[in-house]
Amino acid sequence: MLGLSDFWIWSVYLLCLLSTLLCVIYGMINWNRDSNEVTPKDRQWEQDEDRLEDQL
Amino acid sequence: MSPMVLTIIVVVYLGVVGYLGFLGYQQTRNSSDYLVAGRKSHPFVMALSYGATFISTSAIVGFGGAAAVFGMGLLWLVFLNIFVGIFIAFVFFGKRTRRMGHTLDAHTFPELLGRRFGSRFLQASAGLIIMVFMPLYAAAVLIGAARFIESTFVSVDFNVAVAIISILIASYVFFGGLKGVMFTDALQGSLMLLGMIILIVFAYSRLGGVSEAHQRLEALPATIEAQYQALVPELRAIAPDSVADAALLDWVGENRALPAVEALLAARPELSNKLVLAGLEKGGFRGWTRMPATGSRMFYVLITSIIMGVGIGVLAQPQLAVRFMTVKSGCELNRAVLAGGIFILFMTGTAFIVGNLSNVWFAMPEHGGRIALAAVPGGNPDLIMPEFINQALPRWFGGLFMLTLLSAAMSTLSSQFHAMGTAIGRDFFERGMLGAVGHRRTVLITRLGVIVSLVVTVTLAYKLPAGIIATATAIFFGLCASSFLPSYIGGLYWRRMTRAGAVASLCAGFGVSFFWLMFVQNVNGRFPALLAQAWLDRPTLLPDAILGIQWNFVESLFVALPVSALVAVIVSLLTRPESPAHVAFCFDDPSPAPPMPRPERAVAEV
Repeated sequence: MLGLSDFWIWSVYLLCLLSTLLCVIYGMINWNRDSNEVTPKDRQWEQDEDRLEDQL
Repeated sequence: MSPMVLTIIVVVYLGVVGYLGFLGYQQTRNSSDYLVAGRKSHPFVMALSYGATFISTSAIVGFGGAAAVFGMGLLWLVFLNIFVGIFIAFVFFGKRTRRMGHTLDAHTFPELLGRRFGSRFLQASAGLIIMVFMPLYAAAVLIGAARFIESTFVSVDFNVAVAIISILIASYVFFGGLKGVMFTDALQGSLMLLGMIILIVFAYSRLGGVSEAHQRLEALPATIEAQYQALVPELRAIAPDSVADAALLDWVGENRALPAVEALLAARPELSNKLVLAGLEKGGFRGWTRMPATGSRMFYVLITSIIMGVGIGVLAQPQLAVRFMTVKSGCELNRAVLAGGIFILFMTGTAFIVGNLSNVWFAMPEHGGRIALAAVPGGNPDLIMPEFINQALPRWFGGLFMLTLLSAAMSTLSSQFHAMGTAIGRDFFERGMLGAVGHRRTVLITRLGVIVSLVVTVTLAYKLPAGIIATATAIFFGLCASSFLPSYIGGLYWRRMTRAGAVASLCAGFGVSFFWLMFVQNVNGRFPALLAQAWLDRPTLLPDAILGIQWNFVESLFVALPVSALVAVIVSLLTRPESPAHVAFCFDDPSPAPPMPRPERAVAEV
């Protein structure tokens, strides 16, 4: 397959492509799943992170 | 491409990076306002930013070169990079890390562990490990970029190349590169993606397409053997009669300095190829399109160190874990999985496949006839990718690839120096030494930490031996996984895990790793264990196989991670559970209990 005769090599070649496909499909299916809401904790964290990076 | 043109390209690139950084800094001057306004950064940008931090010159140059030596078996690392490094990391670690990090107001990876388990010791120790060992990985990244410069400019040697890259990186870091600005990340990630897509298309097309290229790679060992057999009569003419035909090659290897042998090696590349191939076969090599012989030195190094060490170790990389906290929402993490998978496929997949295929290209008579390892100066695998790109691809691509590598180096190194600086200032000094937060000297110590890290990294880049990039990266990844992974997973998922369990796990994981590296493991199958050699005058404490396993070739992660995980579970179950209020606070449970104060005042500390 694909010019490769060793099972462990052509199978991992395919696995690389399939795992990428898994990422693509997962990303598409869950594109709008989960909250987009910004909580006060998120806001507080961002402010602290800003301060930390500004000091650096 | 002339050095002047290349220099202009690099200067323009640095100018654009600087300008975008300034623009981004102005626009996101206050991220909290940015969040309030409800604006969202594009998930592709987050994925590119994470990917650009994940993938460095170490992966492209170091592991690409390793692929030319170990063969297509390295594709198992590509699979793990995508499945574990992107899918598992984003889906199972990313969301919880972000949520817990924000709840605990943690801004570094050690701080996340420390606050989750209420332990100053844990935070300071994790900071210390990062501070001491991350320069090894940073040096590998620096060497990767320097090898490309060395290979591109005939007049620039490696030492000068390290100096050039160091100055560029230092300028970038001190003029704002530490602040992750999405525009620069996006530019760097895009350049990396573009460069690698062009590279894989060129490599396959130059060798007749996907299947044809693979078939030629598969046939290469047989071709080398046939060419060598045709050379035997010439060898017989110069070798003493007492040397049997079967021992001819060993005789050549031992008598390279003889003028007749030297002349033959120079004139007949097929003899060099056979020598290299025979050397690889002694280590367990069975061809570029086959896995190494089970139980051989190459098998252990490939499986336990290069594939598993890096493939699993990525989950506990401090500079990557903090990226999850900077994401604006859990939704954005879902979306980033899509782009992240594609990005990593083209980064590591391209580097490892091209590294392999470079053997076919180099072995063609019109390109010198020598396989990759025989074609590069000093047989240094770190030079294989740079030499291939400079010789096999159009000259304009050398300029583009220079930017690809600069982007890969800058994006990773800036996050590494950020992690090292905060590990010294915030985690070790502020929490570990003073036990306080917001100390006025923390900023100064952090800045000094960045400078010291830079100096140590550059020094290591000069001192480390040739062909070290993949090995140094694997050591650091393995060390991080053994020390941090059980506490990280337990912290995110196991409410019963205790402070004592986390502290014991870190100590056991780091202790076993360190002992293994210093006394047992022959890193890369060739370097002696440092302290065993220095104190006991032996390359390893375990030279013989035990239970059929040659332990001195096994990566420390394989021993230390199970020990660390087991210790975490046993000690946690044997010690008193953490207070329900603290656990509920960490996991952000909706609770009728009164709100907890800020974590630094709330948690008990060891």
